[in-house]
Amino acid sequence: MASDSFQKSGAVDIQITGKTFSGSKGTLLALKDILLTINPGEFVCIVGGSGCGKTTLLRIIAGLETEYEGAVFLDGKKLAGPGLDRGVVFQEHRLLSWLTVHDNVGFGLAGLSREERSRDVRRYIGLVGLDEFEYRYPHQLSGGMSQRVAIARALAARPEVLLLDEPFASLDALTRMRMQQEILRIWEAEQTTIVLVTHDIEEAVFLADRVVIMSPQPGTIRNILPVRLSRPRDRSDREFVRVRKLVHDELFAQNGMAHLAPDNF
Amino acid sequence: MSTAEQNRRLVWKGGTAESTAKPPDNVGRIHIPDGLLGWIIPVGVLLAWERLASLGILPPNWLPAPTVVGKTIYQLAVAGDLLKHAGTTIARVAVGFLLGASAGTLFGGLTGYLPIARKLLDPSLQALRSVPSIAWVPLFLLWLGIQETSKIALISVGAFFPVYLNLSVAMRHVDPKLLEVGKLYRLSSFQMVRRLILPAVLPEYIVGLRSGLGLAWMFVVAAELLGASSGIGYLMVDGEMTGRAAVILASVILFAIFGKVTDWGMNAVGRRLLGHRAR
Repeated sequence: MASDSFQKSGAVDIQITGKTFSGSKGTLLALKDILLTINPGEFVCIVGGSGCGKTTLLRIIAGLETEYEGAVFLDGKKLAGPGLDRGVVFQEHRLLSWLTVHDNVGFGLAGLSREERSRDVRRYIGLVGLDEFEYRYPHQLSGGMSQRVAIARALAARPEVLLLDEPFASLDALTRMRMQQEILRIWEAEQTTIVLVTHDIEEAVFLADRVVIMSPQPGTIRNILPVRLSRPRDRSDREFVRVRKLVHDELFAQNGMAHLAPDNF
Repeated sequence: MSTAEQNRRLVWKGGTAESTAKPPDNVGRIHIPDGLLGWIIPVGVLLAWERLASLGILPPNWLPAPTVVGKTIYQLAVAGDLLKHAGTTIARVAVGFLLGASAGTLFGGLTGYLPIARKLLDPSLQALRSVPSIAWVPLFLLWLGIQETSKIALISVGAFFPVYLNLSVAMRHVDPKLLEVGKLYRLSSFQMVRRLILPAVLPEYIVGLRSGLGLAWMFVVAAELLGASSGIGYLMVDGEMTGRAAVILASVILFAIFGKVTDWGMNAVGRRLLGHRAR
C-alpha cells in the first residue's frame, strides 16, 4: 500500500445505512450499516456466502443501484449513478457479440481521436496479454480470454476504481488461478484501487490487502482482516493457511454455524 | 468381479465399439455425395414426366412436358410479355414489402422500446393479426378500388406482421445485462438504441424481413389471382381461362424463381450485416 506517499486518487468511502429490496413477498433488508473506507490503490476483497449482499454492495459502488440510504464517496465526491471513474467486471464477461475484441475494449471510450482511442485500446489489450486476438470476436475466445477482455474494457477508460463481481467464479480452477495472478500483475501495473467480490476464501486471501467478511440477514460487515503477507503469496505457506483459516472461521462462526464448518480445513 | 472377467468384458466392449464405429464394408459401392442425394428425386420425376408426356400418356392440356413449359417461358420472354408481367409483379412486391416492412419496423421498434406503446398497441395489432389476411381482400377492394392500391395494401399487410413481431419481441428480450453495460458507460437513450439494442436485435430483425418478404410473394399471388390485368398472377388466371396448362406451370415456376432469388438476396445482405458473429 503506497497510499500515504502522496495524494493519490481512488479512495472509496462507503457509508450505507440501509438498502432494501421490495418485492411481492414484502421487503428484504439487503444491507445494513456498511461503513468501509478503502484507501487509494488498495486491493480489497469482499467475501461472504450467497445472500449476504456483497454483490449489492458492489452494484451500489458501481452506481447500478441508486435507491439506498446513506452515501458513497469517491475521492470525497458523492456518487450518484454510474461513471467512467469506476470500471466494472461482472461474473459473465458481458462482451458484445457483434464487436471485435478491439471494439469491445474501446466501447466506452468517448471524446478521443481515432488514433488515441486505438492506441489506448491496444495498450489495454496488451496489458491483458491478448495482442494476437485483437480482431477476434467473443465467440472465438475461451472463458478466461473473454474475462480478460472484460477487464481490459473496464480499465480502458482509466477508472480510479476497478470493481469486480466474482470475476473468476465461472472459470475452471487452473484458469482461475492464472487469472488471479494476472489481476495482481495488472493491479501493480495500473495502481488502481480494486474491490473484488468473491465467495472463494483462498482467492480473497491470495489477492487482498484487506479481506472484508460479510454476513447475511441483513447483509453487514462482520469483520475486516488485513492480510500482511508479501506478494507473490504462496498458497501452501503456513502463514497463508493461518489467515485463510481465520477468514474461514469468521465466516462460519456467524449465526452459530461453526459446527457446519468442514474439519481440517 | 474378477480381473479376468473385467478383462473379458473390456475386450468384448472394445469389440462392439469397433464394429459400430466402422461403417459397413462399402468397397464396390457407388458413393453419392449428400448434396447430390437431394437431386435424385426431382431429376427423376422430371425425366419420367418428360417421357410420359412425349409418349402421350399425360394429356398435354392437362400436364404438358417440362420442355413445353420451358418453351412457353421462352416464348413469353421473346414476345415481351414476361418482362411486362414480371415487372408489374416485382414492382408490386417491392412497393408492398417496403411499405409493410417500414410500418412493421416503426411499430415493432416503438412497442419493443416503450412498454407503454406495447401495452397500448400490441393487443390491437395481435387481434388484427388473427384475421387471415386474405379476408381483407373484399374490404380493400371496396375501399381502395380494383387498381394497384388495394393490391399493394394487401401485400403490405402480409409483410407487416413478421417484421413487427420479430422486432418487437427481440427488442423486449435484449439481455438486460448488456443494457447494464451501456448504463455503466452512461450512454444516452439514443446511443443505447444505436449501439446496443439495434445490433443486438439485428439477427431476429433480418429473420422478420425474410419471412415478411416470403409473405409478400404469397400475397401478390392472391392479389393478382383475385383481379388483375397484368402480372404473373394474371398470366395464371389467363392460362386457366384459355386452358393453357403450360402457361400456368410457367407462372408457378416464375414465382418460385423470383421468391427464391429475392430470399437469397435478402439472406446474403443479412449475412453481410451480421458479419462474423456466431449465431
